[in-house]
Amino acid sequence: MAVAVVRHGDYLIASIQSDLSDAEVVELRNDLVERAGRDRVRGIVVDVAALEVIDSFVARALRAIAVTARLRGAETIVVGIQPEVAIAMVHFRVDLHPLRTAHDLDEALALLGRAVTGVGDAR
Amino acid sequence: MAVSLGFSRTDATLIATAVSEIVRNIVVHAGQGEIVIRPLEEETRCGLIVVAQDKGGGIRDVDAALEHGYAGRGGLGLGLPGARRLMDEFKVDSQLDQGTTVTMTKWRSRDELERLRERRRRG
Repeated sequence: MAVAVVRHGDYLIASIQSDLSDAEVVELRNDLVERAGRDRVRGIVVDVAALEVIDSFVARALRAIAVTARLRGAETIVVGIQPEVAIAMVHFRVDLHPLRTAHDLDEALALLGRAVTGVGDAR
Repeated sequence: MAVSLGFSRTDATLIATAVSEIVRNIVVHAGQGEIVIRPLEEETRCGLIVVAQDKGGGIRDVDAALEHGYAGRGGLGLGLPGARRLMDEFKVDSQLDQGTTVTMTKWRSRDELERLRERRRRG
């Protein structure tokens, strides 16, 4: 399976295991968006450390996950962008905005925890 | 291929991303095409040449596409400006209703030791 998706409390963690075909990218997007609503998660972490190329198509799919998941009440954070991939993304102006990123899973979960608390504190 | 030719990981990823973006253009705008990637070996340098060809509608204004990229169809850029900035040689031949061919080459100079080896190899 190209992507392993596990539930971790209120969050979904999607670990991409290898470069994905276009069809697999679309399947991942659909799967995460569906589960975000069904499992009522507050956040999604997508680990892209195994991706050797992030082109405009992949970026678009990641953005779609974030935007659609937010409509269903979940925040998305991408972790694990490799240094060479980050350089290539800047060079080709591949934009992940408004997606947030973090260094690793721990940092992502901390950010998501704060985001959830922040929402709750609006009294 | 890039890594086996001695390109750095960063350059290899940049080249792979360029190829990915250009192939995507072909798929999106022309439906199908052909891409050939070949190594180039010379005594003082080695390189990679990529020729991407399609029989699609052609690019109306090549200069404009090269300047800003074409951010149509939901943010899928043409990738051409990025590829041009990256590659050492870059050429776009496009005829309306006949198709487009993108030819690009990236070189890497050989250092003294490599040149010596290459000279010996050629006999």
